[in-house]
Amino acid sequence: MSHAEKTAEFLKDEAKTNWHNETLWWVRSKRDLSSKLIPEWEELRELASSVKNNVMSQLDVYLEQFEQNALANGINVHWAETGEEHNQIVQSILDKHNAQRIVKSKSILTEECHLNEHLEKTGFEVVDTDLGERIVQFAKQPPSHIVLPAIHMKKEEISELFHEHLHTEEGNNDPQYLTEAARNHLREKFLKADIAITGVNFGIAETGGFVVCTNEGNADMGVHLAPVHIACMGIEKLIPRFQDLGIFTRLLARSATGQPITNYTSHFHKPREGQEMHIILVDNGRAKQLGREQFRDSLKCIRCGACMNTCPIYRRSGGYSYGSTVPGPIGSILSPGFDLKKHKSLPFASTLCGSCSDVCPVKINIHEQLYEWRQVIAREGLDDLPKRFSMKIAGQVLASPKLYFTMGKMARFSLKTLPKALINNPLNAWGKQRDLPEPPKESFKEWYKKNRS
Amino acid sequence: MVEGKVGLFIPCYIDQFYPQVGIATLELLEKLGCDVHYPANQTCCGQPTDNSGYAKENAAIDELFVDNFSGYDYIVCPSGSCSLHIKDHLHSAQHPEQATTVRQRTYELVEFLTDVLKIKNLETSFPHKVGYHASCHGLRGLRLGSSTERNVAPFSKSEDLLKMVKNIELVNLDMTTECCGFGGTFAVLEEALSVKMGKDRVADHLRHEAEVITGNDMSCLMHMEGIINRNGLPIKVKHIAEILNGTAL
Repeated sequence: MSHAEKTAEFLKDEAKTNWHNETLWWVRSKRDLSSKLIPEWEELRELASSVKNNVMSQLDVYLEQFEQNALANGINVHWAETGEEHNQIVQSILDKHNAQRIVKSKSILTEECHLNEHLEKTGFEVVDTDLGERIVQFAKQPPSHIVLPAIHMKKEEISELFHEHLHTEEGNNDPQYLTEAARNHLREKFLKADIAITGVNFGIAETGGFVVCTNEGNADMGVHLAPVHIACMGIEKLIPRFQDLGIFTRLLARSATGQPITNYTSHFHKPREGQEMHIILVDNGRAKQLGREQFRDSLKCIRCGACMNTCPIYRRSGGYSYGSTVPGPIGSILSPGFDLKKHKSLPFASTLCGSCSDVCPVKINIHEQLYEWRQVIAREGLDDLPKRFSMKIAGQVLASPKLYFTMGKMARFSLKTLPKALINNPLNAWGKQRDLPEPPKESFKEWYKKNRS
Repeated sequence: MVEGKVGLFIPCYIDQFYPQVGIATLELLEKLGCDVHYPANQTCCGQPTDNSGYAKENAAIDELFVDNFSGYDYIVCPSGSCSLHIKDHLHSAQHPEQATTVRQRTYELVEFLTDVLKIKNLETSFPHKVGYHASCHGLRGLRLGSSTERNVAPFSKSEDLLKMVKNIELVNLDMTTECCGFGGTFAVLEEALSVKMGKDRVADHLRHEAEVITGNDMSCLMHMEGIINRNGLPIKVKHIAEILNGTAL
């Protein structure tokens, strides 16, 4: 199904759409309040963008530097070209330790690689420990937002899920009560875990260390208790120096939720005594995207989710309408790079309003890249035929003053003389819920000819 | 007053459906002492095909545009979206230098009134409650005002001009820089969502008791007007050129 079809489904429940829209706008408003307390906000965005440009311009160099320093710190470094390879590497580490129970935190990348499915198929128990992620895991759904994975669910739905999975009281929707239940449930999982998997927010080339930002402290809980830590990191997550980190931590949480900083900013540099630490560097299409000049900038993303919260489309269509791991505007420029055919409707799921580009803390020109993907889709002939045909016609009419004049006159004449029922036919998408403008008696061109020349 | 010739660029849908907006733009510029000409062979800026991915089909449209508007000192257009399209995407293989000049000399109407003519007062009156819709391409593309996302001092060139109109009352909206959902072909490709966005925008203006929604882009207003008329809502749309030039409701 295309984005438009899935969205039409979502919109059927208008009350819920309104609730979804307002909830995300509330998050965006919090982001506005907190970003406006920083007078140098625009300067910070510019700095962040420049640092990331620098990283993208010599990613190979920084990756090797990172690997060297990480190895020197006693971290095992692995390279995965694809999601499948990444999953194999994780599995080989699990097998080596004869591990059964895995706690996972904060990794959209493992979603992208479908790690859970892979491991569950082979009989492992994987528990997502971020509250929102645990909720969608119970519901057997993917996250619908990269920072707020269960934002599409109301507390009543969560209460039902918890009743089913955690045996909480039926109909008790009290968030405090439900959170407490999840906390007790997760505590047990943390205590018994053989291996902790985390994502990475920032890898620091200069030190070989990495940083994970969470609000619930669940990454630390997992890592501090389990004897083995596997960190999964997309190769674009690097920053050059430790001193660059402050730019990003100041921007990340403010952009994401309006908090000055995430509750936990956890720095990992080397395994503690007796612990084993692995980092898997994952490409999975990123090197290809780096090679596409017009789309390279999309790799600067720090996964704050601000473009989702601001997007008037996302707010009213929900994360699942995008059908990709990363939804929203940034997903709509990343996903076509993975699979253009599958995601060809995403670059059109936008009015090109540009709010995403203005909100982006690393200044990715998201809406311009949406425009560029549209050109690629048309060029590759992936567009639907009727549209291709109508665009050819439009191109010819608009290039000819005579044709344009005649066609315009005909259209206005038809609109004036045809009955409304015929004009607002089911094939006329405009007229389904909107009137067409009243056709005037003459065009501006005709008026001008009479009155000015 | 400004020296030089002004080429009036009237977007296709204004030409066909809203000639009164073209007339208001022309009259306003003439009143302000401009030497305005309307190149008769103009059609469209080419944005509908271009934004659909067919920029490569646009060569002939672009050549026609360059041919129509070369030689003018200013090219003025009552649409932020069409102006931005020309500024960002007009190319000519045959006359690249002329295309560059045309791009550089293109102004959206409010931009022209504010930055070139630098007008300080208007002799018109519009005794109504008005909600201003900041269309996205004018707002974030041409920076006619400050978008709420950025941390910059708030400003709005359009609202500054509207405030010069006597007896007008501008209402405060809940969402000042939210898209109306028109989006060109988006309006039909994503029909359900487009209408929902438009309904939400109109509701904001109604909540604040505006009698009129105004803005720089008739396309956005056409979309909202379609929703207003279908549902018989007690509000009208007027292009900013009509209000600045002096119009009755």
